[in-house]
Amino acid sequence: MFGKFSRWRFLVRAAIPTVAATLGSRNLFSTADAATVSRLQPSGPHPVPVTLNVNGTSHTLMLEPRVTLLDALRERLNLFGTKKGCDQGTCGACTVLVDGTRIDSCLSLAIMNEGTSITTVEGLANGDTLHPVQQAFLDHDGFQCGYCTPGQICSAVGLLNEKRPTDEISVRTWMSGNICRCGAYPNIVAAVRSAAGATS
Amino acid sequence: MRPVAYARATDTAAAIAFVGGDPHAEFIAGGTNVIDLMKDDVARPSTLVDITRLPLRGITPTAASVRIGALARMSEVADHPAMQTNFPAVVQALNDSASPQLRNMATIGGNVMQRTRCAYFRDVSQPCNKRAPGAGCAAIGGVNRLHSVIGTSPHCICTHASDLAVALVMADAVIHTRGANGERSIPLADFYLLPGATPQRETVLERGELIEAIEIPVSTPARRSVYLKVRDRRQYEFALVSVAAGLDVQDGTIRAARVALGGVAPKPWRAHDVEAQLLGRPANAQTFAAAAAAVSAGMHGFGENDFKVPLAGRAVARALAMTEAVA
Repeated sequence: MFGKFSRWRFLVRAAIPTVAATLGSRNLFSTADAATVSRLQPSGPHPVPVTLNVNGTSHTLMLEPRVTLLDALRERLNLFGTKKGCDQGTCGACTVLVDGTRIDSCLSLAIMNEGTSITTVEGLANGDTLHPVQQAFLDHDGFQCGYCTPGQICSAVGLLNEKRPTDEISVRTWMSGNICRCGAYPNIVAAVRSAAGATS
Repeated sequence: MRPVAYARATDTAAAIAFVGGDPHAEFIAGGTNVIDLMKDDVARPSTLVDITRLPLRGITPTAASVRIGALARMSEVADHPAMQTNFPAVVQALNDSASPQLRNMATIGGNVMQRTRCAYFRDVSQPCNKRAPGAGCAAIGGVNRLHSVIGTSPHCICTHASDLAVALVMADAVIHTRGANGERSIPLADFYLLPGATPQRETVLERGELIEAIEIPVSTPARRSVYLKVRDRRQYEFALVSVAAGLDVQDGTIRAARVALGGVAPKPWRAHDVEAQLLGRPANAQTFAAAAAAVSAGMHGFGENDFKVPLAGRAVARALAMTEAVA
């Protein structure tokens, strides 16, 4: 494994000066070409360096561009809290926060998230002190099997960041991107409303 | 998913030149549609050109219109005060679409370009003229409860999946594009193509042509508009039938009317016949019912979706009545 990645790193590093030299020489001979020919230089489909900031820590991984953020989190960073349910954006188990905004990580390429701040369920607590939404899910028994729970919690944090209304029907509406196959919805709604400080 | 190369564009002209010059390259922004279709092996791009870093954001209201950068997220557009004031049907259509997570990802440029949800289009083991021209249409004679009742052809009976586009067509929105031949502005109503014999061609966009913005003119019927989405469950579901309707009523008489439907056709369906029936008439239930009856002209089902024909009329009448509650 490590030998293979080192080889990729070597190949990528070796290729960059070559590309730069080629462009440089073309510009020397024809400025007209430089104006009309696309300047875009695709990378991949082989693994390329991708830097992700996850839960406050920067990681540079060698990833194929096709790798989703979800797969990078689970299979390369061993952050197994984020779950793969449907892998097509219908269940919400893969919900994470990107710059504080909830998204489905299964429908986002890891490489497109460079330069953002990614928060998974593992990054919500402050040391041993749970995030208020995590605590509310415990207090209100907002889960049964627990598979959808990290996505539910991240989605609820996103809902609060978005300052959505927190009456019961609004919470159900604004949490509709997260499916619970156990049907723990009454307790999930109670947990979200509690974390939001809703009193009625 | 098949391997794919990736290029992050920082210059609009370079992105357009690249996709224009490579028949297997595709733009990607929110990614919710492209990545999903790549996983199903329906989309097979060789290179994805990431346009999310291009300066195509921002929502700009003026007295005459609101201009929305193509990269504005659906949630940003729905939450914008100028949209809520001027285009309630557009805001409702956005909030009735997909899920909160997907609305935080998907852009409005991508939304109007989204592909059909026809199950046969998305199943590469099935014939589909849109995906594989000449292969046939499995939906005709197949499971077609969700399919179109107007604007179809013997080659394709899919529906257009966007709620937003229905509301935008009602509001006379215009698409601003840039391509190899420069800029152009296209009314959204003229942007989509009916399937005819070439269902693989869905819009008038040329290869490499990029949506830069969508502009919606301010008008009284658009300000007094609603979006009614009839679906199998209350949230997170595509429309069986949807209606965007807006009326300008003065002294009880309808001075301007705009009606468009979703879930019934391969493109957002503007109902000019219904609008003509409303003009100059008193704004009441009798007028709405009579006008709504005009919507079914030319509609016919394919078996499982026959119910959409009467449903379309009832949804139009109900949406028109709902406009009375919009100040």
